[in-house]
Amino acid sequence: MYSEKVMDHFSNPRNVGEISDANAVGTVGNAKCGDIMKMYMKIENDIIVDVKFKTFGCGAAIATSSMATELVKGKTVDEALALSNKTVVDALDGLPAVKLHCSVLAEEAIKAAIDDYKQRRGEKTESHECHGDCPHCAHAHHHLPQNE
Amino acid sequence: MVYLDNAATTQIKKEVLDKMLPYLTDKFGNASSTYTTPGAQARRAIDEARDIVAQALDAQSSEVFFTASGSEADNWAIKGVAYANCGKGRHIITSKAEHHAVLHTCQYLEKQGFEVTYLDVDEYGAVSADAVQNALRPDTILISIMFANNEIGTINPISQIGKIARENRVYFHTDAVQAAGAERIDVCEMNIDLLSLSAHKFHGPKGVGALYVRRGVKIDNLIHGGAQEMGRRAATENVAGIVGLASALGAASETMSERTEKIAAMRDYLIGRVISEIPDSRLNGDPTRRLANNAHFCFRYIEGEGLLLHLDLRGFIVSSGSACTSGSLDPSHVLLAIGLPHEIAHGSMRATLSEDNTMEEIDAFVDALKSIVSTLRAMSPLYEEDAAAK
Repeated sequence: MYSEKVMDHFSNPRNVGEISDANAVGTVGNAKCGDIMKMYMKIENDIIVDVKFKTFGCGAAIATSSMATELVKGKTVDEALALSNKTVVDALDGLPAVKLHCSVLAEEAIKAAIDDYKQRRGEKTESHECHGDCPHCAHAHHHLPQNE
Repeated sequence: MVYLDNAATTQIKKEVLDKMLPYLTDKFGNASSTYTTPGAQARRAIDEARDIVAQALDAQSSEVFFTASGSEADNWAIKGVAYANCGKGRHIITSKAEHHAVLHTCQYLEKQGFEVTYLDVDEYGAVSADAVQNALRPDTILISIMFANNEIGTINPISQIGKIARENRVYFHTDAVQAAGAERIDVCEMNIDLLSLSAHKFHGPKGVGALYVRRGVKIDNLIHGGAQEMGRRAATENVAGIVGLASALGAASETMSERTEKIAAMRDYLIGRVISEIPDSRLNGDPTRRLANNAHFCFRYIEGEGLLLHLDLRGFIVSSGSACTSGSLDPSHVLLAIGLPHEIAHGSMRATLSEDNTMEEIDAFVDALKSIVSTLRAMSPLYEEDAAAK
């Protein structure tokens, strides 16, 4: 059900871990829904010089976290903010429909980390924090038949 | 590949397949045809199959009806009894931990004006006989409680519930899809009125099940049409499938005690190693009153689908009740029913064994599991937070 790229990023995730002197940290998702992504960034002169993540979640959540970190590494803050979940999905050669919310979470995690960076610098930001009531959780709250 | 998902389905046995093959090749007759040779061969094979299934359940042959699946048997039992007895009442008792084939059928009937009580289960997933007794009403027409849980393996007090049903003259249906071939079933002694089973759970073929219906039970047909199955279930008989079901159930019944003893020993070894060697792991389901082949765990701080995929990449096949494997964001209804919080239920894994597994496979599996759980925890922000709090 997953593409080879997804399986690659799931089984050998890039940029796993923490950055001890990160100046941007964002966490999105919640344990109740089954996905939490935490992004750490080191930003210098508006450039993301390093990025790492920790994720609690399914295979797609881990793969999208990994791909999202690859896509923003070395980019400017504005370029990273422009990253859409679709870019992440395309870079992974697609995701199953029921897993698309994971890519939304990855996009939100990047934005949350950058919000944190801006807040630390005293800039005004929009909140991207997830309180468990965001649409990506709500849309999937239905039961598909189980298979046995 | 090490296959540890026998509650999902089992591999068909060679001897079962051999018995089926003639009915897919030269003995291709329609059992309802009146001409002698091919039709009679098929008819005789079905009659013999019915006798074997009846014997395995301590039932009469005329009380066994073949279906296309366990789900069909559940649908037929519940809808058929509901519609045939709605003059007497419209109340049904079931539990929150049933299979979806029962739960969704009951939910459908609620839309048709029936009332359903979904009993709570205890921390192990068992229904208490007292709870069934207390839920009875004058208009109760059916109790449907599973023999053993398909996810966590807990076995319900079927004889006690059957006794209550009998004393109160309410029909008792049990979904025995996971129990048939693995647990001793005696429909007379246990006061079971209707019982569902499915061949592919006990090394038979997919696409065939059976419903036991005690003589005298008022039940409507589900599949209307021809006069097959003594006029109770239309459709040209799946002769090969029926032969396969009976052959597999007969073999499973004959070898039941020694086979389940061997499987339970491997299962207990697996559980022992996991609980003692993997911190923050818990066994779900009753520690003793459980199916011989079932081991079900939660591992804190990780999500089940990632665990499954990693195990799969290393050649170990198991399943999970996590949200990500069910296609919804909610984890298994069974794990929520036993009171687990969502974040713990997400990290679930079920390993279900067969006699074909070996101790070496179990050791290799636990070794792989340990390393994968560590890897996933190392990348889990929940694990990091909890470690910091400690």
